[in-house]
Amino acid sequence: MTALAWLIPVALFLGALGLVAFLWALRSGQFEDMEGAAYRALEDEPPDDDDIG
Amino acid sequence: MTAHPTELAKQAHVATPATLMLAVDEMHCGACLRSVERAALRIPGVDSARASLAAKRLAVTYDPTIAGEVDVIAALDRIGFAAAPIETAKQDRGDARQKYLLRCVAVAGFAAMNIMLLSIAVWSGEGGDMDPALAGLFRWLSALIALPTVVYAGQPFFISAFAALKGRRLNMDVPISLAIVLATGMSLYQTMLNNEQVYFDAAVTLLFFLLVGRYLDESLRVRARGEAQNLLSLQSGIATVVDQDGTQRRVAAHALRPGDRLLVAAGERIAADGVVHGGKGQIDQSLITGETAPATVKTGDQVYAGTLNLARALDVEVTAADSATLLAEIGRLMMAAEQGKARYRRLADRAAQIYAPAVHGLGAATFIGWLAFGASWQTALTYAISVLIITCPCALALAVPAVQIAAASRLFKRGIVVKAADGLERIAEIDMVVFDKTGTLTLGKPQLIEEEELSDTTLAAAASLAAASRHPYAKAVVAVAERRLGGVVPAAQVVETPGEGLARSLPGDMDERLGSAAWCGAEHDGGEGAEVWYRRGEEAPVCFRFADAMRPDAAETVRALKQRGYAVALVSGDRAGVVARAAAEAGIETWRSDMKPAGKIAWLEDRQKEGRKVLMVGDGLNDAPALATAHASISPASAADLSQRAADFVFQGVKLAPIVEAIGVGRRAHRMAFQNFGVAALYNAICVPLAMLGFVTPLIAAIVMSTSSILVTLNASRLAAGGRS
Repeated sequence: MTALAWLIPVALFLGALGLVAFLWALRSGQFEDMEGAAYRALEDEPPDDDDIG
Repeated sequence: MTAHPTELAKQAHVATPATLMLAVDEMHCGACLRSVERAALRIPGVDSARASLAAKRLAVTYDPTIAGEVDVIAALDRIGFAAAPIETAKQDRGDARQKYLLRCVAVAGFAAMNIMLLSIAVWSGEGGDMDPALAGLFRWLSALIALPTVVYAGQPFFISAFAALKGRRLNMDVPISLAIVLATGMSLYQTMLNNEQVYFDAAVTLLFFLLVGRYLDESLRVRARGEAQNLLSLQSGIATVVDQDGTQRRVAAHALRPGDRLLVAAGERIAADGVVHGGKGQIDQSLITGETAPATVKTGDQVYAGTLNLARALDVEVTAADSATLLAEIGRLMMAAEQGKARYRRLADRAAQIYAPAVHGLGAATFIGWLAFGASWQTALTYAISVLIITCPCALALAVPAVQIAAASRLFKRGIVVKAADGLERIAEIDMVVFDKTGTLTLGKPQLIEEEELSDTTLAAAASLAAASRHPYAKAVVAVAERRLGGVVPAAQVVETPGEGLARSLPGDMDERLGSAAWCGAEHDGGEGAEVWYRRGEEAPVCFRFADAMRPDAAETVRALKQRGYAVALVSGDRAGVVARAAAEAGIETWRSDMKPAGKIAWLEDRQKEGRKVLMVGDGLNDAPALATAHASISPASAADLSQRAADFVFQGVKLAPIVEAIGVGRRAHRMAFQNFGVAALYNAICVPLAMLGFVTPLIAAIVMSTSSILVTLNASRLAAGGRS
């Protein structure tokens, strides 16, 4: 039973971590353009590469 | 915003970057996305550019001292993308609400998962070997997660329910809020007493699923609104302004001011309302008036933003620009009408009006009854809550949507798309059908009639002249010639005189002409307008007649509608003679002509005052506000994008029969929704007394709920399966 004493906090912490990660992603605009993101992943050149070539 | 003095000093050197949001047309793939961003980044002074493929927009930050928005628009124009600036203030509100709901969904989802984890352990350990102290701890943990969640994620429902109560109304959110608040409050109380009747899991899971539905609804709405905004911005785009010293510069349409002089090239849309200052030309005003025949304009005539210049460059003096144009007015009328329609209560809301008092009454009766029989108030309240939980969300949440999905899939198979969620309910109530003429009752394209009277040689000669023009009549002649003769050889050196016709000189001091009766020197002037003459040299002129062909089953559809007892009317922006003829052909007695968008709205509102519920059938951008005003609306798939968005239904194909089908299915769906309410009510009639007697544990409640849901869904699927409507 003592295992629960740390298992439950760990479970809640990991869950909360996921929630925070999602809220951060939402705030940083990662869900703004769901269609474009799919194409950006296929882009060979790195973004803003005009001086790299 | 306030900035620190030292920061201000720094910014004096580096000007504050400005941001710009552009609607970009025709951006469909990853390659487009990349080239749009690159083109914008290559402009000196542009700091960042990020395009969104889903929204078809480009966000640019730039240094206003080096670059301007016109530079960006022009750069995109060079690589073949039309772009127009968008006011950012409007779109932010919808976006913010959508993001807020998504945050609520995330919080409720996190809470629901963790509470379920704890409560499954508690429920399965009940009556077994689970330590009561541990179960108590689990309930306290659940409470710890549930309380902040309900306070935060329940707000969308609480606010709406509170607003409804304040207006002395009841909506779906009232029983939802009550069930959530009572279940949470009661569970908290039971937790404190260390009792077993704790339902944090039910409250938070309910909240999570309801929020998901709310979010999906909102995101569809935001997207539709954004597209409509893009379209309106793009209608005018950029314009060429001629300064007093004769220099030309490209300017964004919204930056135009009254008094500016515009040069509108052939094939370009006019960017602002104005007066023709020089030149004579022909413009396609169908966007504004719905009239297909191009209007001839000369010096001093009024032209409107969004209309298309067909023949020759025009010099236009701007009288109203940006938000003062007639086009912007149409946009505003439509948004206002849509907000008006939001006042119609959805069927579910109206059912809640009847159903919610019943639910509340039963809950209260349970509570008072148990108290009267001497139960403790905690027990009484627990049973009252289980009555609330069993009854309210299930029946209302499924009875109508299940029917709507079935009806929508049936209509979809027949080429009709249901766009508004409550469109089916509204179309079931209509008692009058109002048609627009051009493009709705008719196909919207002039067609050559009596073509058998024309000889092949005349047709070929006329078509080779006509090939030089963009005029719809000329296009119709070319189309017939291509079909009959297999091809057209365009004539060289054809001169087009706007409003009159085409001419070409022939060897031997002769000429060849195609155009109006006067242009060709024909004696007869038809007055009906729908004819074109052809004359070669001194030969007798030959007449080409045109008609805007009716849809093949227009008369039949009107007859079918009348048989079913609907009043039918025709309201058009076109001229009286043309409208009267179309009305006679379709068998419609009531008709109105020369109606502007605002006039159509006023006419529809008069019908509403008479107590009529109108189904509007229309296709042009000029119909969009009327479509949004009417009780229900349907558009052909060939309609302007904005009209399709304003309409509740969109139908495919050249036939009008889908209108009759849509009304029929709407009525059946209406009946079936009530049957489903009946099924749900029957289950409640069995289940609620049990709950009131205190026999319903969460397990029984779950089984009964899903059984009634399955029955309701099966009933609705009869609609999709077939049978005649």
